[in-house]
Amino acid sequence: MARSTAIPVGEPPDALEAAVQHLGLRRDGLIELLACAQRQQGWLSAPLLGWIARRLQLPHSQVLGTASFYHLFRLQPPLPHSCLVCTGTACYVLGAEALRSTLQRQPLRAMGVELGTVRCIGSCSGAPLLVMDGQVLNHQSPARALQAVQAIAAPQP
Amino acid sequence: MSATALRICTASSCRSRGGEALRRALAAVAHGQGEQLSVTGVGCLGPCSDGPLLAMGPHLFSLQAPEPAPLAHSLQQALAQNAVERWQPPGCALIPAADPFLRLQRRLVLERCGQIDPESLEAALASGGYRQLRAVLQQNNPAAVIEAVRRSGLRGRGGAGYPTGLKWATVAAMPGGEKRLVCNADEGDPGAFMDRTVMEGDPHRLLEGMAIAAFAVGAQRGYLYVRAEYPLAIARLRGAIAAAEQQHWLGSGIDGSNVDVHLELRVGAGAYVCGEETALIHSIEGGRGTPCARPPYPAERGVFGLPTLINNVETFANVPVLLQMGPDAYRPGTKVFSLTGQVRRSGVLEVPMGTPLRTIVETMGGGAPAGRAIKAVQTGGPSGGCVPAAQLDTPVDYDSLQALGTIMGSGGMVVLDDTTDMVDLAAYFMAFCREESCGKCVPCRSGTVQLEQLLRKLLARQGCPADLDQLERLCHTVQQASLCGLGQNAPKPVLSTLRHFRHELLALVGEP
Repeated sequence: MARSTAIPVGEPPDALEAAVQHLGLRRDGLIELLACAQRQQGWLSAPLLGWIARRLQLPHSQVLGTASFYHLFRLQPPLPHSCLVCTGTACYVLGAEALRSTLQRQPLRAMGVELGTVRCIGSCSGAPLLVMDGQVLNHQSPARALQAVQAIAAPQP
Repeated sequence: MSATALRICTASSCRSRGGEALRRALAAVAHGQGEQLSVTGVGCLGPCSDGPLLAMGPHLFSLQAPEPAPLAHSLQQALAQNAVERWQPPGCALIPAADPFLRLQRRLVLERCGQIDPESLEAALASGGYRQLRAVLQQNNPAAVIEAVRRSGLRGRGGAGYPTGLKWATVAAMPGGEKRLVCNADEGDPGAFMDRTVMEGDPHRLLEGMAIAAFAVGAQRGYLYVRAEYPLAIARLRGAIAAAEQQHWLGSGIDGSNVDVHLELRVGAGAYVCGEETALIHSIEGGRGTPCARPPYPAERGVFGLPTLINNVETFANVPVLLQMGPDAYRPGTKVFSLTGQVRRSGVLEVPMGTPLRTIVETMGGGAPAGRAIKAVQTGGPSGGCVPAAQLDTPVDYDSLQALGTIMGSGGMVVLDDTTDMVDLAAYFMAFCREESCGKCVPCRSGTVQLEQLLRKLLARQGCPADLDQLERLCHTVQQASLCGLGQNAPKPVLSTLRHFRHELLALVGEP
């Protein structure tokens, strides 16, 4: 958890302070603020959560409790690239498991690609699909998925 | 010279197929042509599997083959020859207006979707947007609005099918001046994207429906809870709310009245259980999305402890058209479905309530892919079940589907062909519910784990006939003892398999 101390406690990034001002210091704006912090920083580090708790005058446990409840909040830093396999029903019956198992066998971490899943994105006519760095790739076969991953992967060190 | 209007789908499915690049290329040709040629980005046109789609009048063209540049060149040539009204995009399949997929629809909720630019309030206003809100405000009779909704027979389109008029009347009758409105746009069922279609294709219809509801029940503030997996819907709603506020269709003193309707967008963070109304309320309040026992129902005590009306996107989107037509002409209404899975043509369609499933899946969707046969149609997502092929003549309405052991749900329809292993699919849904269980109550938290393990054991052919009894018993326990809808409905796909495909389970334990 405490891998990064990029944001010193008590010194919030200006952009986040702007978001707090915009939301008006409301405790019910916690999820919005967490989402905003993650958009800016890429993930929610322990110091960042601490800063948010203090700023909204909420117990740290409540902030961490909320952050850890939702799938999309990350408490670990992301890799440079992300490859998400859609796990919706249409994707499942059209071969999402084959995509996932093929990709799982690849050394994706070393390539700087984080493999994950996404709940149905509601674009099922393209099933089975991947979301690669935010871009939807329709009708993927294991071979095409491998090509796509290699195309975005960072050069190996 | 007659004006030619080209409409290109810019909803997320066509967008992922390159629709936006095609729109830009054709819009560049139309630029400066004035009345003669217009190119508009519109919401979903329907048959997503043929996308990106272009509409000219009532006909659609599938733009799967062409690249933007040659297509734009062809349009340019047609312009130069003064033949743009006869232009046929080269190498594109025509989907004529008489095609069953288009012809058998009755678009009420999706009336403007695919017709107008969803990012333009002016376009919505020019095609009747906010007209019902204005009429309602002028008549200034909330009870009459609720009565019209009640008489229309509208039921909640989110899954449970609760009578909308009754819900509105309950919230309106609650004491106290402060009330809240919530639109459940956390469309989490996999394979369901009707609400995404409405939000991306005609956001102002949803806002108008919400404003009318807020007026009818006396709510001053409302929340739109949208799942984060829908970035385009979020962007369009944000833009639509801002535009509507600027022109006083939302905010303080809407349309010159003394009615205040403030709407706020709340974006989810990935939790299926937040589709459950009490969990959703906790999420709006900024906490963990865990459900709690009802009663008190949200109508009595909802967001921040205030009486709250919660409806889903499609329910609100039905309201303007219902009022426009009058409750009697509107009945029995329509239902929007998303048709996906192992079917030739997939996409979004809106049909009269009670249309036989066979019409939707075979006539409109073209049935299973070549050489395959339909085995079942899954409806209602992880909270629903299957309709076996032999019962495809069932009319699609709340009660007929319930009688078959499934639910209409929000409207996701996944077609399964004869290659599908129904037990494996049941295990898939159980894994989904296990992952999405919030863990608050034991029957759901542990029951989903046990049920999945039993199904995996059967799939590995390590089960015995007694396991089937155990499976069934456990299903009933989880169904009856769970706290919220997620747990109560989680066993439904398994029970559906036990009911309609028992022979597949028996085969796995070596029974004939």
